[in-house]
Amino acid sequence: MAVATTSAKVKWGLLDAVVVVFALIPVLWIASLSFKTPATLTDGNFIPREWTFENYKLIFQTDQFVRALINSIGIALISTLIAVVLGTMAAYAISRLDFPGKQLLVGVSLLIAMFPQVSLVSPLFNIERNTGLFDTWPGLILPYITFALPLAIYTLSAFFKQIPWDLEKAAKMDGATQGEAFRKVIAPLAAPGVFTTAILVFIFCWNDFLFAISLTSTERSRTVPVALSFFTGASQFEDPTGAISAAAVVITIPIILFVLFFQKRIVAGLTSGAVKG
Amino acid sequence: MSVSSTTPASSAAADAEQQAIPKQRGRRKRVELSEGKKQERKLGWLLCAPAAIVMVAVTAYPILYSFWLSLQRYDLKFPDEREFVWFSNYVTVLTNGYWWTAFGVTMLITVVSVVVELVLGMGLAIIMHRTLVGRGLVRTSALIPYGIVTVVAAFSWRYAWTPGTGYLANLLAPDGAPLTERASALGIIILAEIWKTTPFMALLLMAGLALVPDDLLKAASMDGATWWQRFTKVMLPVMKPAILVALLFRTLDALRVFDNIYVLTNGANETSSVSMIAYNNLIKGLNLGIGSTMSVLIFLTVAIIAFVFVKLFGTAAPGSDEGKR
Repeated sequence: MAVATTSAKVKWGLLDAVVVVFALIPVLWIASLSFKTPATLTDGNFIPREWTFENYKLIFQTDQFVRALINSIGIALISTLIAVVLGTMAAYAISRLDFPGKQLLVGVSLLIAMFPQVSLVSPLFNIERNTGLFDTWPGLILPYITFALPLAIYTLSAFFKQIPWDLEKAAKMDGATQGEAFRKVIAPLAAPGVFTTAILVFIFCWNDFLFAISLTSTERSRTVPVALSFFTGASQFEDPTGAISAAAVVITIPIILFVLFFQKRIVAGLTSGAVKG
Repeated sequence: MSVSSTTPASSAAADAEQQAIPKQRGRRKRVELSEGKKQERKLGWLLCAPAAIVMVAVTAYPILYSFWLSLQRYDLKFPDEREFVWFSNYVTVLTNGYWWTAFGVTMLITVVSVVVELVLGMGLAIIMHRTLVGRGLVRTSALIPYGIVTVVAAFSWRYAWTPGTGYLANLLAPDGAPLTERASALGIIILAEIWKTTPFMALLLMAGLALVPDDLLKAASMDGATWWQRFTKVMLPVMKPAILVALLFRTLDALRVFDNIYVLTNGANETSSVSMIAYNNLIKGLNLGIGSTMSVLIFLTVAIIAFVFVKLFGTAAPGSDEGKR
């Protein structure tokens, strides 16, 4: 590239600004709604005229939201943990070992990545009703793992292919045991990839709506995105907009934190998994 | 499995035979290799088995079961009337206007949003890749639509377009209710889809952009190529595989559209997608037979589109090189 001139910088700066504004406006808008008082909620102003925390207090006092938040966190964490462990095992095998059926596994995970999830809703609904998994945590965790696995396997095998595995041999030659070589050399090299994958998988599980609304029926296992869509005001005549907005902001916080702190990793994870072929 | 297990078994027999003549060093070495190979295979299968079993058990079995259910009249409100009806559910669905309306809506949303996203995503990818200032800031902001819960974003758009409450409604449609009219509602659904998924498209494209050698661009520009020529003659050909991957993933993803429609219009005024009507038939209507029929039809649609994509683009399809290592 040529030397950066001031005018080029200004040009890029303007383009940056367009992207930032476009990306942030819907988020700022829902945050703004969540801070509005009931009286100003429908005034259509982008910035609240009167600020209040009442909406947040309100939702944390309701069982409906608190239970859903616990369900969301628990289900997403457990699914992430299992998917990453299973995905790591498979990705290690794919990137380091030679065995028949490897291509098949890669093909199957690709197919599942493209699978229309709604096609699974009706059979899973009936299977889970018959097996008692309907409206339970495992009832959601199972499909989440299934659809997170292709993502985990792809991202992790891309990461694993970049690890200099010869270091393991070198460490063993220097007298390290197999365990030590793994703990002190390979694990630290693999950790960033595993961690990045965990973030991507968590975001996927946190985001799901279709399975959560179809395979749950009570507060026992309803997650926040579903609870949001069932929110009604404290009384029948009260507008739930403020409460929905506040709850929406609460479940956006983890995403904002991930993005702020791990931007580079998320970008690396999404780009490496997709194009490695 | 049973077919391939004969290979390790016969190689074990060869092992035993050759260990009887340990003096021949060259041969002995090959034996150790095949012993190692055997171990490697076993380990490979062992490590992949859990992932493979979960994936197949939760997708392959249910889709077959779904097919079985789709051949029955099976309404949970009238469980006694359950009977085997062959393909009559398919006739019911395929001669139904609602299904074809939803099918058309799904295709419209898919085509429009993917085309717009490809253009915007390419722009965003170039900005994220090449910007001279604030690269971190741009990338961080772009990741927010990608990461945010779709339902949250959908509520934000819904309130923005609600008359009175919303800034967009007041600004752009002061005396209408855009979410209650079919054309504008579909436009808003597409807008919400584009906002949410353009960053993902852009990231996939950026991966391709990173493969374009800077030297090549420099050389082209020295030869007097305009910006447009550099883009179409140098960048696009190098990026072709990345573009195809991005198109394939986004097209199949767009066909699943559900969350945005559910929150924005709940399918009112003929804005339902196929996912919406399958869900409504199943969970609201409790009609397992019809719901499963739609499931199977959606599965077939996606399978055909994926097949066409892969056939058209051949080796450029993702995963086709994956096994080489």
